[in-house]
Amino acid sequence: MTTVGPTSTTVGVEEPKPPAQPTRAGRDHVSFRDWMTGAALLLPTVVMVLAVALYPVLRSVWMSFRNTSPILREDNFVGVANYGQLLADEGFRNAWLNTLWFTAVSTLIETLLGLGFALVLNHPFRGRGWVRAVVLIPWAIPTVVTSRMFGFLLDGQSGVVNYLLLQVGLIDAPINFTGDVRFAMGTIIMADVWKTTPFMALLILAALQSVPPSLHESAAIDGASSWRRFLSITMPMIMPALLIASLLRALDAFRIFDLPYVLTGGGPADSTEVLSTLSYKTLFSGSQYGLGSATTVLMFLTEAAIAALFAIWIARRFKILEG
Amino acid sequence: MTAATTTAIGAAAPRTRSRANLTVSRTLRRVLFDVAVGLIVLWSLTPFLWQLNASFQPDRNLSAAVPTWLPFPGGTLDHYRSVFGERHFQGYIVNSVIVAGTATLVGLFIAMAGSYALARLPLPGKAVVLGLILGISMFPQIALVAPLYLVLRPLHLLNTYEGLGFSYMGLSLPLMVFIMYAFFRGIPREMEEAAAIDGASTIRTIWSIVIPLALPGVVTAGLIAFMLNWQELMLALAFTSTPDRQTVPVGIANFRALFFTPWGDMSAASVAVTIPIVILVLLFQKRIIAGITAGGVKE
Repeated sequence: MTTVGPTSTTVGVEEPKPPAQPTRAGRDHVSFRDWMTGAALLLPTVVMVLAVALYPVLRSVWMSFRNTSPILREDNFVGVANYGQLLADEGFRNAWLNTLWFTAVSTLIETLLGLGFALVLNHPFRGRGWVRAVVLIPWAIPTVVTSRMFGFLLDGQSGVVNYLLLQVGLIDAPINFTGDVRFAMGTIIMADVWKTTPFMALLILAALQSVPPSLHESAAIDGASSWRRFLSITMPMIMPALLIASLLRALDAFRIFDLPYVLTGGGPADSTEVLSTLSYKTLFSGSQYGLGSATTVLMFLTEAAIAALFAIWIARRFKILEG
Repeated sequence: MTAATTTAIGAAAPRTRSRANLTVSRTLRRVLFDVAVGLIVLWSLTPFLWQLNASFQPDRNLSAAVPTWLPFPGGTLDHYRSVFGERHFQGYIVNSVIVAGTATLVGLFIAMAGSYALARLPLPGKAVVLGLILGISMFPQIALVAPLYLVLRPLHLLNTYEGLGFSYMGLSLPLMVFIMYAFFRGIPREMEEAAAIDGASTIRTIWSIVIPLALPGVVTAGLIAFMLNWQELMLALAFTSTPDRQTVPVGIANFRALFFTPWGDMSAASVAVTIPIVILVLLFQKRIIAGITAGGVKE
């Protein structure tokens, strides 16, 4: 549900400076009391995080090595058998590829479109505050509602998009957007782009606003065109923020669940089955906890790989910029 | 885009008319820019406006070959009557308010204490705790669902407000801690030090000095966490099984009718649960944008 990460330079994880203390004796005393208070204040957070996140993850890993099925009353250690079964399974490979495809395409479109939005919103104009608020609306609408909304807009019989496409003459017969193998994944991507582009736009806008206007002014005086200034000033300056925003987006896109669950149910012919929906079905419809847990572990490993690739890429870019 | 048009016009026009030219290109830029703004607004609003329209249309208009563009004349409140009458959708709304509201409020207090300790107090291993919280928010949610389900079941907490609320609270903590941590770090230390010298205890300092100053951050964290909890689907699907405990997203996801898709009822329900969120967003847009950019938040 949530991804948290530093996206701007104002939020760092570095240690705060130690507070100035009047005397040595005073420091020891205050330190101990502060330490106790601090521990007491932090304890509930740590306990909750351990209980609701760390423990379940560890248990998932543990379950992935077992064959646990309440229906068959089985629970025994099977080593990596679940993983072997998954890697040989056509359904798993299909869901894995679908998820990667969805992640790559939606992240790319959302980053580019978000950059476009941000460039427009970065210009001062009358009513900008309102436009910025309006842009937030798709992000704020619950994903389940978004799914229904696109199901309605793109309905194969009475959908308004089909009506408009027919009127304009782009198509001869209505398209079954959610029921046709050729269109279903595209439909999911489109709905996701609609919902998430505002989020990307706002992150990129924050980066754009940190570019000092004086740089643009002096470049303009030197005769640089606005396109030239965009390429040589804006892009290099916002690149780190842009890449981090894309990374956060990609990690989140990889977990997509709501849209395919509600809009297509993973169909048609498993063309929109993603790892989250597949795991959910294995866990809760099939009650195969071992196999389902192994799916989630492989999912996590893939996410870690994506994060690592991005990290390497970002590190290399930084080096290029410095060198 | 604007740059390209400038050069295109500049190249095509004779040199002597360069001044008139500049005005033309400036006007053109202005128009293109306004079009871009208009497209952004249209893109953001149209799908929801279309659903709003559908929520007032009688069923025969919704299944007609030609769409009806406006809800008047001939609009109807039947879908809202059906949603809040026979479908008893207010039940889901009450459940969502209880679960998401309590989880957010209680979580906010826990996160407030935790993020203050992390931002201000001298504790060993703070970086580890922050790293842990960050790392954990990266786990795919689906990896938590089954184990949590297996924890809640023996405790008889499945299909209860407590079970779902507890899970939401834990899952929204990292986000809240992160947003408030950023805000607490931005508050000048002098105020707290002055309070400490005057003999105020840490708790008292937090309550009467820090919280009021960090209130924008607290509100931001609470709002964003509430919005995420309000729309959460996966856990709600897995942990609740009857309409008297199911939340709004489950209600909308399970919306079915026997013989046709009830687009009208569905739109009415969607509008009813979305309007309050949209109002919140419009009222608190500055806070929310600050929270998104500070915490890198996403559903």
